[in-house]
Amino acid sequence: MSQIETVASAEAQADSRWRFLLSELKPKGKIFTPFNIVSVPIIILGLIIIFIRFWKGLGAVTNLSQTVPWGLWIGFDVVTGVAFAGGAYVLTFMVYVLNLKKYEPIVRVTVLNGFLAYLFYAGALLLDLGRPWNVINPIIGNSFGTSSVLFLVAWHFMLYMLATLIEFSPAVAEWLGMERARRILKGMTIGAVIFGITLSTLHQSGLGALYLMAVDKIHPLWYTEFIPILFFVSSIFAGLSMVIFEGSITYRVFSEKVSDKDHKHHDKLIFGMAKVCAGAMFAYLFLKLLILVHEQQWALLSTGFGAWYLLEIVGFVILPMILFISSIKQHNLVLSKIAAVLTLVGIILNRLNITVIGFHWDAAVRYVPTWMEIVVTLAIIFIEIWVFRWVILRMPVLSKLSKYRKPLTHQINEAE
Amino acid sequence: MSINRRNFLKTLGVTGTSIIGARSLSASPSVSTVEMKAVLIDTTRCMGCQSCEYACAEANDLPEPEDYPEVDVNRATTTEQLTVVNGYDTSEGEIYVKKQCFHCNQPACDAACLTKAMHKTDDGPVIWREEKCMGCRYCMVSCPFEVPKFEYDSPVPSIRKCTMCYDRQQEGEIPACVENCPNEAIAFGTRRELLTEARRRISESPDQYYNYIYGEKEAGGTGVLYLASVPFEEVGFDTTVQKESYPEKTKGFLYSVPSIFVLWPMMLLGLYKSTNDKESEDTGDQA
Ligand code: SF4
Ligand code: SF4
Repeated sequence: MSQIETVASAEAQADSRWRFLLSELKPKGKIFTPFNIVSVPIIILGLIIIFIRFWKGLGAVTNLSQTVPWGLWIGFDVVTGVAFAGGAYVLTFMVYVLNLKKYEPIVRVTVLNGFLAYLFYAGALLLDLGRPWNVINPIIGNSFGTSSVLFLVAWHFMLYMLATLIEFSPAVAEWLGMERARRILKGMTIGAVIFGITLSTLHQSGLGALYLMAVDKIHPLWYTEFIPILFFVSSIFAGLSMVIFEGSITYRVFSEKVSDKDHKHHDKLIFGMAKVCAGAMFAYLFLKLLILVHEQQWALLSTGFGAWYLLEIVGFVILPMILFISSIKQHNLVLSKIAAVLTLVGIILNRLNITVIGFHWDAAVRYVPTWMEIVVTLAIIFIEIWVFRWVILRMPVLSKLSKYRKPLTHQINEAE
Repeated sequence: MSINRRNFLKTLGVTGTSIIGARSLSASPSVSTVEMKAVLIDTTRCMGCQSCEYACAEANDLPEPEDYPEVDVNRATTTEQLTVVNGYDTSEGEIYVKKQCFHCNQPACDAACLTKAMHKTDDGPVIWREEKCMGCRYCMVSCPFEVPKFEYDSPVPSIRKCTMCYDRQQEGEIPACVENCPNEAIAFGTRRELLTEARRRISESPDQYYNYIYGEKEAGGTGVLYLASVPFEEVGFDTTVQKESYPEKTKGFLYSVPSIFVLWPMMLLGLYKSTNDKESEDTGDQA
């Protein structure tokens, strides 16, 4: 090939890559689906509320107060959302470190979910910041508050997003047909995985450690110096339950992207994850019991909050654990899915009990989020699902690329 | 494998050092050799005249207080009232108590702040620095006395709290409230001097004082010390506040971070090698 030809073909390739990108930006699929009809108005409303929030201040849209400075946006979006995103580090641990190859088909979609969850839910942190323009201070280093748990958590969020992005990047490279880049990125995977697991261990527990100084404010049944360990252990079954839950939905909605073989295989994986969940839940319960005995809180159990505590433990940890176990024994998929949903509810309860419900539990005026705080939270979730769908429909996430679209390089070669 | 490891080390090297390096620093505020300034509030001398409130408003460019101390009405400090005087009906009659930031020796707010906007100065006052703060309100979550207040109704909100008139102190003046108290109920000096003075007052008139200095031990010791004629729970003080400092609560966690940062990757790498080795001949590309 002469030099001129090479240049010309390189140009043609670049050109067609742009055309490809443009065409990929167009929406795929039907526009008026029930999901779109529900989500679009909420997203628009959410954006308006966010605008008001930046224009008039946090007080205009939230019920936050001088005694309850952190509400739904931190307690649910950030603290609960990140626990739900724990599936990514657990699965990458199983697939890449333990070499349990059978989970490989779902690792990409889980990592994608993890990345987007961090991007949006941890991103929700920015909405909650009173002076977000100063967020660069702890990042660029002109003001490092290194004794702050929040400093650690914030940094770990950013680094972990980077790690998951690297873990996911081969899919992007495949989508763009960049074979060389894909190989290089793939080579970085194990490094990113190990780094990511380390970061996850620390910031999952760090989210709990955030509340350690609020010892006088959190109900004694939930406050313990072991919050960080409890948060870490519970993020294992929270994350995997989310993978089970999301997986069942994703595999149904994007059914045509998945082969029958993969569908069958997926069922097997659910039982495997159910086993891990049950194990982690057992460890969690054991820790909870130890703490209860150690802090001698039996008397508190007979109060109203005690009943609430028992409901969380019995109804949303012990019950789903039993369901997970019996679903494995009876080979019953539905039971596993029910257990996963119960587990997720339990995690929401637990995180909110520490951050919102049990925070200033004895105050005369309780914090209850405004409808606007709830709408913004929903809007964030919907935007995330939109982005997720956009990626799933284009990149090789659920299945191998060739199954539904030829790689770009092939198209170019054919065009020539 | 070697490529993987090299990449891994690279990732860790680039992004990790800042965090490990930063994290291994001490988690406690530095102990300085400068003697910390402090304030002693003797509630037996306070008449509830609000002079301190007015002086505070003037010194901080805030509106004059519109309400006044009423017995058994709990006024909290706000973004516009950095100090308030409350009245209590006690076994010894009406007692007035001035409230504001305690200027803890090892403040929870300082340890919480990820930008060092909340900052314990070497001279003692705990100050807030506008250009650093990102408004996360973690200081409010952490302060055991719920002192920092946030301007919820502003798009450019500040955290407001008493600064022990740090700016005035820099110019050699004493805090405005101390200067304007007509009954000398508020004294200003080094913490050591004031502790000695407080003890002297108690021992000289044991009938007049309840034998306790609130703030000597609370939350690891505070820069504002209180004397009273009655047990402190009678005049609205939280006497269940822990005696160790609040940053102590997160120390265990923060100290474990560097070791996990070193041990975890090593462990994971070892695990990875052991589980991936046996197949390495038949499947070339592992990662
Ligand atoms: S009382 Fe609260 S705001 Fe004041 S120094 Fe102590 S922790 Fe900080
Ligand atoms: S609100 Fe400001 S002063 Fe308070 S912890 Fe956050 S950054 Fe620091």
